[in-house]
Amino acid sequence: MTVSLVVVSHSRRLAEGLAELVEQVVQGRVRVAFSGGAEDGRLGTSAADIRRALDEVDGPDGVLVLMDLGSAVMSAEVALEELPEERRRRTRLVDAPVVEGAVAAAVEASLGSELDAVARVAEQARSQPKLGG
Amino acid sequence: MGGIVLDCERNLRWLERLAGLLAEQAGPLTELDAAIGDADHGINMERGFNAVKERVLAQAAGKDLGTVLKQVGTTLVSTVGGAGGPLYGTFFLRMGQSADGKSELDARELRDALAAGVEGVRQRGRAQPGEKTMLDALVPALEALDAALAAGSDNRAAWEAAARAAEEGSRATVPMLARKGRASYLGERSIGHQDPGATSSALLIRSLAEVVG
Repeated sequence: MTVSLVVVSHSRRLAEGLAELVEQVVQGRVRVAFSGGAEDGRLGTSAADIRRALDEVDGPDGVLVLMDLGSAVMSAEVALEELPEERRRRTRLVDAPVVEGAVAAAVEASLGSELDAVARVAEQARSQPKLGG
Repeated sequence: MGGIVLDCERNLRWLERLAGLLAEQAGPLTELDAAIGDADHGINMERGFNAVKERVLAQAAGKDLGTVLKQVGTTLVSTVGGAGGPLYGTFFLRMGQSADGKSELDARELRDALAAGVEGVRQRGRAQPGEKTMLDALVPALEALDAALAAGSDNRAAWEAAARAAEEGSRATVPMLARKGRASYLGERSIGHQDPGATSSALLIRSLAEVVG
């Protein structure tokens, strides 16, 4: 088993595209679910839909959740609070750039690292320069 | 102070009234949000409260107050879409937890339920008053309510004071610099616009004030 990922965005297409990008990197070795858009398909987030994504990839090694802007974070927090205690302990919201963090975390998870290590790698993606040091 | 200020029937009237006000004000709320946010607050709140009417209020018969309020919260977190979803959702979830199992609230219990809701918004948004948010209406409302109740006002007068404080609080967001949410990306350019979340929060307090007493 490995750590799973959930990516949350206001845009369903953004979330779905990011999940696709991550899957290409990890080739089925890490389970990735996405949640994006409001219930009626408009831009937005829904705690219930985030819960659905969490249920989809939950496992004993835990789930790392990456979120884009403001309400995605708050909706993910609501979804987390509604989880049973045991699952809440293995579900982690991470403060990371959503694209770079998701790719880095997925690679780390595919190596069999534990949730803490996967979360740390996602956070560190923030300080990874793109245009040289 | 004794006596019941909110029962199941008045609770439903409050929520119906709030849904009505939000539908009526959806355009102006969205316009406020267009100036400093993402132009969807009114539409989002109307959509959320339409879902509340269909999924909660239409089936509220026989349910206690706490249950109905929690269902309102659960519905809003999955239907509003924007930041109002988790924020108003948390408000009603916490208010419902505070009123858990009760069918009637006295003045103190309703005050405590409101305080629990406001605290939920503060925690969820990691915000403080003065940052151009819902709290700039909700916190003055709670303070005015407490002051009026402490001074021995009757419930109707105390809640009227709370509603006025919320309305004044929402207008007082105009000169504030936004520090939370999408509006914070505007920096100084957020100054000069009234906050949509504070404005809808004032409608929430106003509609509650209309039914208590």
